[in-house]
Amino acid sequence: MNAAVLRVEGLRVSYDHPLGEVRAVDDVSFSLRPHERFGLAGESGSGKSTMALAVLRSIRPPGRIDAGEVWLDDTRLSSLSDDAMRKLRLAGIALVPQGSMNALNPVLRIRTQIADALADHGTTLSRREIDARVRDLLGHVGLPPAVAEMYPHELSGGMKQRACIAIAICLRPKVIIADEPTSALDVVVQRQVMATLARVQQELGAAVVLVGHDMGLMAQFVDRLGVMYAGRLVEVAPIAEIITRPRHPYTRALIASLPSLEVRGALTGIPGLAPLLRDLPPGCAFHPRCPQAVDRCRTEKPPMRGIGGAEVACHLA
Amino acid sequence: MAPLIEAVGVSKRFPGWLGRESTLALAPLSFAIHSEQPAVTAVVGESGSGKTTLARLLLGLAEPSNGEVKYRGRDLRRLDSEERLAFRRDVQAVFQDPYGVYNPFYRVDHVLRTPVRRFRLAASRAEARALIAEALRGVGLRPEEILGRFPHQLSGGQRQRVMVARALLLKPKLIVADEPVSMVDASLRATILSSLRKLTDEHGISILYITHDLATAYQVSDSILVLYRAHVAEAGAVEQVVTAPQHPYTQLLIAAIPRAHATRDWLAQDGEANLGDRARTSKGCCFADRCPHAASACLEAPPALYRTEPRRAVACVQFRQHPALSAGDFSAVVSEQSASGAEHRHEINPSNRLTRRRRLSC
Repeated sequence: MNAAVLRVEGLRVSYDHPLGEVRAVDDVSFSLRPHERFGLAGESGSGKSTMALAVLRSIRPPGRIDAGEVWLDDTRLSSLSDDAMRKLRLAGIALVPQGSMNALNPVLRIRTQIADALADHGTTLSRREIDARVRDLLGHVGLPPAVAEMYPHELSGGMKQRACIAIAICLRPKVIIADEPTSALDVVVQRQVMATLARVQQELGAAVVLVGHDMGLMAQFVDRLGVMYAGRLVEVAPIAEIITRPRHPYTRALIASLPSLEVRGALTGIPGLAPLLRDLPPGCAFHPRCPQAVDRCRTEKPPMRGIGGAEVACHLA
Repeated sequence: MAPLIEAVGVSKRFPGWLGRESTLALAPLSFAIHSEQPAVTAVVGESGSGKTTLARLLLGLAEPSNGEVKYRGRDLRRLDSEERLAFRRDVQAVFQDPYGVYNPFYRVDHVLRTPVRRFRLAASRAEARALIAEALRGVGLRPEEILGRFPHQLSGGQRQRVMVARALLLKPKLIVADEPVSMVDASLRATILSSLRKLTDEHGISILYITHDLATAYQVSDSILVLYRAHVAEAGAVEQVVTAPQHPYTQLLIAAIPRAHATRDWLAQDGEANLGDRARTSKGCCFADRCPHAASACLEAPPALYRTEPRRAVACVQFRQHPALSAGDFSAVVSEQSASGAEHRHEINPSNRLTRRRRLSC
């Protein structure tokens, strides 16, 4: 019945901290249609990377998932055994991690790292079949076959990131989570890597969750965007809607903080600092930094509500 | 008067290792920074383009393979101890990583007190405290919120601004800022860059802003140098270079920046995939293998720098009808005062600076 390939419902992730519990993700729900590109944007500390890990059930102590469910098609991930969950990572949901520099094993050839991933998920192939598979995967991400025999240090940052994408797609996952896949790359290489990701996603028919803070990248890549602040989703809407009509003041500030290439001297930051997650302000967590805050924002937490195609958690929207 | 810092035909080559070829990190380059004309000059390029090498050469942290870096007319390598002390005071650095520069065991006061003591800036403790407080306020921080804290108690943005305050403490003439905002959040970037810009506008400090981010360079700087594989591709007034780039590499860089627009044409423009693996030549233009306009002439000899406008130079043969700059000397193109076209200077300068100064506060 359900068309969504990935459904996240009321997810809540906490970390134990000597000074009190830190709620990194609080009551987050969203769903992903097949082939959809969904973005998760926010400042550092907004919970977007924790969110990505929680979907993969990869939160380690002192962190834990307190509440909520993640569904991949009809599979409830919390019902799976640890072993079944391990099999599902990469095969069902694959992660392209942040900082490709450190994600690859420096002492193994790229070929070995792809073959390991295949073998670990129960694919038994002959040496020749593996070679063919590796060549095919590298071709998919636009890398020459010679890369198979290379070590990570012989590759440029963009090539390493593409090798990570090759590993991520080796079992044809339904969902690819890319956590700031291009944050360490320069703009020209960034565009090549994102074009590669877009292409393999189309070939695979997979859905993509892009985690990041660059609103320009989001505007150009995703179909729908969720904006996170202090662990909560504050706005979810189709990307064109968000860019042309951002409804939450935080979304507006995030877009405005992007340095313009058209108007000089229009550089604006978001005033104030992100709040401490273990000591959130009452009411709307954004109110101390919000230029439009009214009394109600200081006392009453705004619920998520639908306004003309968008979902916004703001009293004033 | 001799310029504050002058690079004369400076280049850097790192020797090969175990039979590997040596690497050219920076091709010969000349330009000057004058203390009488405070300005922000951006050096933009991708990783490996030589921008940090240029910063290290100007700071005296690396020795040039050829040419020399001069401080008030004297080669950096031949400064006597008094001149060296003056150089260390006049030229300050702010580095990329606001986490790595602090010793976690000391309170942040330590990095502020050390220069006061070393350079004997204050006669008494009270005076030192007043100086430090003033420097912190100068970058938009409240001293009572910063002093006495340990580095881990401050945010990345606060830490980076403390580094700017430390530089400001010495009342330098030039700050070399190497990727000062690449590790802080987009929302804080604007605040730090505004505090840097204010140093130029209010304290008359020149800034060499090294970055890979053309958009922030456009926002804060007056002039720009675009580096590609150790060579200057394009240099000049930032307004012209960014809004109407002439070098194919600058055009590629600007087109590759994803914009927060509703029109989605960014991915479709990724034309580089079609170029294939064109051979990289060691004798021709270093961009020829990626250039959509490359002709046979581009593979034979490196292009000269052509002065296409009073305040712009482009290293591309498409502009060979313009006069060539001698020996990569950018002084005239990069600094405002020495530009030959006086009326041109007025056209781009005063109005811009004023509007920016007003709007940059946040």
